[in-house]
Amino acid sequence: MVRKVLGWITFVMVLTATYLVFLWVPNEKVMGPVQKIFYFHVASAWIGFLAFFVVFIAGIAYLVTRNSFWDSVGAASAEIGVMFTTIVLITGPIWARSAWNAWWTWDPRLTTTLVLWFIYVAYLLIRSSVHEQEKKSRFSAVFGIVGFIDVPIVWFSIRWWRTIHPVVVDSSGLAMSSKMSFTLIFSVAAFTFLYFYLLSNSVFVERMRSELSELKEALLNR
Amino acid sequence: MRYFAQVRALLWKDLVSELRTKEMVSSMLIFSFLVTVVFSFAFEPDSDTIKQVFPGIIWAAFIFTGILGLNRSFINEKGNDCIMGLMSAAVDKGVIFLGKMTGNFIFMTVMEAITLPVLFVLFDYRMKGSPILLIIVVVLGTLGFAAIGTFLSALSVNTSNSEVLLPIILFPLITPLLIAAVKATAVILAGGEFAEWSNWLTILLAYDIIFTVIPWFLVDYVLEV
Amino acid sequence: MLKAENITKKIGNTTILHGIDLNIAGGEFITVFGPNGAGKSTLLKILSMLMKPSSGNLTINGVNALKDTARVRGSVGVISHRTFLYDNLTAEENLEFYGRMYGIDNLRDRVTEVLSEVGLELAFNDPVRIFSRGMQQRLAIARAILHRPEILFLDEPYTGLDQQAVEILNSVLARLSIKDRTVFMITHNFEQGLDLSDRILIINKGRLAFTEKAKGFTPDKLKKVYMEVLGGAVS
Ligand SMILES: Nc1ncnc2c1ncn2[C@@H]1O[C@H](COP(=O)(O)OP(=O)(O)OP(=O)(O)O)[C@@H](O)[C@H]1O
Ligand SMILES: [Mg+2]
Repeated sequence: MVRKVLGWITFVMVLTATYLVFLWVPNEKVMGPVQKIFYFHVASAWIGFLAFFVVFIAGIAYLVTRNSFWDSVGAASAEIGVMFTTIVLITGPIWARSAWNAWWTWDPRLTTTLVLWFIYVAYLLIRSSVHEQEKKSRFSAVFGIVGFIDVPIVWFSIRWWRTIHPVVVDSSGLAMSSKMSFTLIFSVAAFTFLYFYLLSNSVFVERMRSELSELKEALLNR
Repeated sequence: MRYFAQVRALLWKDLVSELRTKEMVSSMLIFSFLVTVVFSFAFEPDSDTIKQVFPGIIWAAFIFTGILGLNRSFINEKGNDCIMGLMSAAVDKGVIFLGKMTGNFIFMTVMEAITLPVLFVLFDYRMKGSPILLIIVVVLGTLGFAAIGTFLSALSVNTSNSEVLLPIILFPLITPLLIAAVKATAVILAGGEFAEWSNWLTILLAYDIIFTVIPWFLVDYVLEV
Repeated sequence: MLKAENITKKIGNTTILHGIDLNIAGGEFITVFGPNGAGKSTLLKILSMLMKPSSGNLTINGVNALKDTARVRGSVGVISHRTFLYDNLTAEENLEFYGRMYGIDNLRDRVTEVLSEVGLELAFNDPVRIFSRGMQQRLAIARAILHRPEILFLDEPYTGLDQQAVEILNSVLARLSIKDRTVFMITHNFEQGLDLSDRILIINKGRLAFTEKAKGFTPDKLKKVYMEVLGGAVS
């Protein structure tokens, strides 16, 4: 029931966000329509970080409670997080190409996202390399915690590393009209709903799967 | 204290075992030489480029070689299920972490102490800064690497594809360590001022502390029986 | 001494142990039989705290062994399918290492003592790598009794032992049980398993299928009972 409502809200929000981005908000003067990618880029980046924060919290919750629900949450959130950071890493270069005429810049934000992506791909790899369910949950919870703690250190070190070069992108320096900032905030909100909708779906499927295998086993032991 | 007596016993065991076979340190040494030679083929050894990438070469050699040692570290314990005996004897999983980490740190340091001079000779590099500072940076970098590396090696050894998995899960996490170590080394080799390298040393120190303390807490969950 | 309640172990989707209840009194010598894959080793690992059960309780000497594991580890000795020995270390060094981990006083003397007890006094300085299977098993026995555990868990301890070593193990075990040591032994050998035993358990398909005082059992009678208990499983 809740998932259905969430689904509809998400649907409407994403549709509206698409409308706002493509039809309502004015083009940015210098870059033109390419700049519109920015709304999805930022929203995806936000979801990426949110997802990994959830992985971190779910990891702690799992180790404390040993309830496999938290493991499902962590796993689902990491998958969604990897998906959205992948979007960031794809949209980033598209933006970069038209803004600074280079596909990739080792800008702190983009680089941190790349490292983040690697960390959570590693998280998913750990999950696929362990076959015992309990061990899988435990290892990935531990790695999710350590990985998340690493993120701020990655960010600071990369920022200091790049300060010798001019800071190329700075969103505060981007002249944003009020329509633009509204669109941005709306897209972020829409993506957040999308995230929670995807999360609840994955967790639900995962729950069903483990319930099914429990039933199967109960039948076998009869 | 019982706790540290156990850490010492574990370290003693690993050192004796290594002194007997010299397997780990010798293969690490050969490997680090090979990495060095590969780099000198990849970049003209006499060119100016080499002077610029020299700090990077040092750390690339250390870290690739370090992975080799880390992978062995817990695989040795799997042989006759020794890890089971170890866990049934240890008061705390933290003992195993600290003992193994110290061992890995020592093996890496031995390898580095031999590799580093060789690197200077092969690339004919003249350093302008203080050797003491360089040693501090190497020690701090190695410490952090041994800490998080030992922890993840304890984790990966229990998976189905441990030797491939370890570098994949370790490298992303050590990016800050690597950046800080390379930068600090570069500044110190060039004889830079305190203000230029202090930031990097702070990162190294912070990384070492964070990634010794947190794995030390979490290792209970990794080595859970 | 040891109390296990409703011990269940699941790995993946298969249940290996189905709610096992077991009470072991101090000084009791328990012998466990059962077909391959019945779950004997798994139960032994759980009772000796080498593995966590999926659910259930374990109390050793009044201590909750699943929570306060560190407090009771020292009172448990294990001989498993594997030896837990380091191949590159000598027999003496192996024992010294474990002795240090257990914090044993007068370690040197104790090591010499157990080495001669298992008949390895001449091989003390050889690396375990060159030991034969039986010699390794002897050293594994030495390692398990080194810290004078109150409960000894033995998983098929006779495998690989020659006649002499079987005698040695038997005399070690006999001495242990006299000294009020508790023993939990898994074996497939009806004769050797019976001699010292106080109680017999048969485990089948992860369940405790049979438990009875060992008194009055002969190997033949045991064999018959064993076949009956397994029923359709052996055909
Ligand atoms: N790590 C594991 N993963 C999956 N299944 C396992 C694992 N360990 C044991 N099992 C299964 O558990 C069951 C019981 O194994 P266990 O080793 O306890 O048997 P056992 O009674 O000691 O047999 P044996 O007489 O051959 O030593 C077996 O069916 C085995 O396949
Ligand atoms: Mg067995």
